[in-house]
Amino acid sequence: MFESVEIICREEADTGVPFWKLVQLDDCKERAISEEASFAAMQQMYQAMKESAQNYDEKRKSNSGLVGGEAAVLRKYLDSGDALVGAFTGRVMELALRVAESNACMKRIVAAPTAGSCGVVPAVFLAAQETKGYSDERMTEALFVAAGVGSVIAARASLSGAEGGCQAEIGAASAMAAAGLAYLQGASGDICANAAALALKNLLGLACDPVAGLVEIPCVKRNVCGAMNAVTSAELALAGIRSAIPADEVFDAMSAIGKEMSYKIRESGLGGIAATPTGQKIKEQL
Amino acid sequence: MNLFDIVGPVMVGPSSSHTAGAVKIGNVCNKLLGEPIAHADIYLHGSFAATGKGHGTDKALVAGLLGMEVDDIEIPNSFALAKARGMAFAISSVDLGDVHPNSVKIVMQGVSGRVLEVIASSIGGGRIQINKLDGCEANFSGELPTLIVRNYDQPGCITTVTGHLGDRGINIATMQLHRKNRGGEATMVIECDQQVPEETIQSLEHLEGIYGVAYFSPKK
Repeated sequence: MFESVEIICREEADTGVPFWKLVQLDDCKERAISEEASFAAMQQMYQAMKESAQNYDEKRKSNSGLVGGEAAVLRKYLDSGDALVGAFTGRVMELALRVAESNACMKRIVAAPTAGSCGVVPAVFLAAQETKGYSDERMTEALFVAAGVGSVIAARASLSGAEGGCQAEIGAASAMAAAGLAYLQGASGDICANAAALALKNLLGLACDPVAGLVEIPCVKRNVCGAMNAVTSAELALAGIRSAIPADEVFDAMSAIGKEMSYKIRESGLGGIAATPTGQKIKEQL
Repeated sequence: MNLFDIVGPVMVGPSSSHTAGAVKIGNVCNKLLGEPIAHADIYLHGSFAATGKGHGTDKALVAGLLGMEVDDIEIPNSFALAKARGMAFAISSVDLGDVHPNSVKIVMQGVSGRVLEVIASSIGGGRIQINKLDGCEANFSGELPTLIVRNYDQPGCITTVTGHLGDRGINIATMQLHRKNRGGEATMVIECDQQVPEETIQSLEHLEGIYGVAYFSPKK
């Protein structure tokens, strides 16, 4: 797999082969499969993302009872006419909650890159498709862009909260979604990379501090933050605003920060939000 | 790791390690026993014991023991399904000592009375490791077709087995050797690049010095 976004962008500029295609061709080589099989597999992932949002059940609670039903609460507010955000932004927020809550409630989702951050990419992608009417083929191409960015982050840093904190999960998901959204809006690989860099920079240092060690508090609502951050980062990049630090170097910074993080804020449930008096009380009551 | 570990897998939540990994462990156990399970004792260790209930690790393990895959939407209902299919189970906590925090010991009895004890760990991102089978070191991932060959610790056994596989065009990806004591019972754990046909497994069982062969294939 690619270990540098810059290399993919340079190859795109030199050969004219688009970013998503380069990522796909690499997958074909790696797994010795045809381009059709690789594309079909990614299209299936997109289909599963759609289903994960559609199959949301607002009555369902997680095993602990801590999470569930809040996407419906948000939808009610959005429909009331009092909301500040517009239809697209509201839909992104709602979808992020729908998918992340579904995950907490043992429903079927697509880990992208992880189960805990599974709401970010679908929220941004599905809302964009609903608003702009992109074809499923184009959505699948954008998913290759997102996966390409994610695989470079995996190679240079980590995609595990236990290793790199939440920046490696929600942060990485946000960078992936930002790059994919920029592609959907017609951006070159270079602009997509910029969107990813801008997105991840905002979430560097984010602790993984789940209450009682469960993928619920604060994970579910952080999916909303990751999705919104992806939208604003893509919009900045599409406006022509550049990240002063290139994407690869931001990924390296994430890796360095992860190594400096205490184990208490790397999915152990010992630090941060988990260690607050209320967080502790919730844990004792379970 | 490949591109579909980044976007994917499709799985039932909430956790790749505590839910998807647990389903995989149960599923590998089911395949290793090779027959429907009549009874399973499940012993949760470390983080599996501490946060397992909230993550549905208990339901996930039972779902896997019933043969379900990580994306099966029936995983949350596995307890009721086990009852309906006549699989009894008991879940408790245990300290397995110096093992990965996400570990479990499962003692299964099949419908024919066959008993198998497995110790396994969920090592992150939904990947697993089968550590021990019936108390013998095993250490395989469940990603490749795997042969577990029980043999007497005597000269020539390994050549016989590897030659037998080579003659049939089966390439060995990884191989481990373990023995309890010199000249006593030994185990070969062989991960292969190809599926091992039933007749090859049967012929392996009849080779000099071999007293048991178990086979695991990740294929659905």
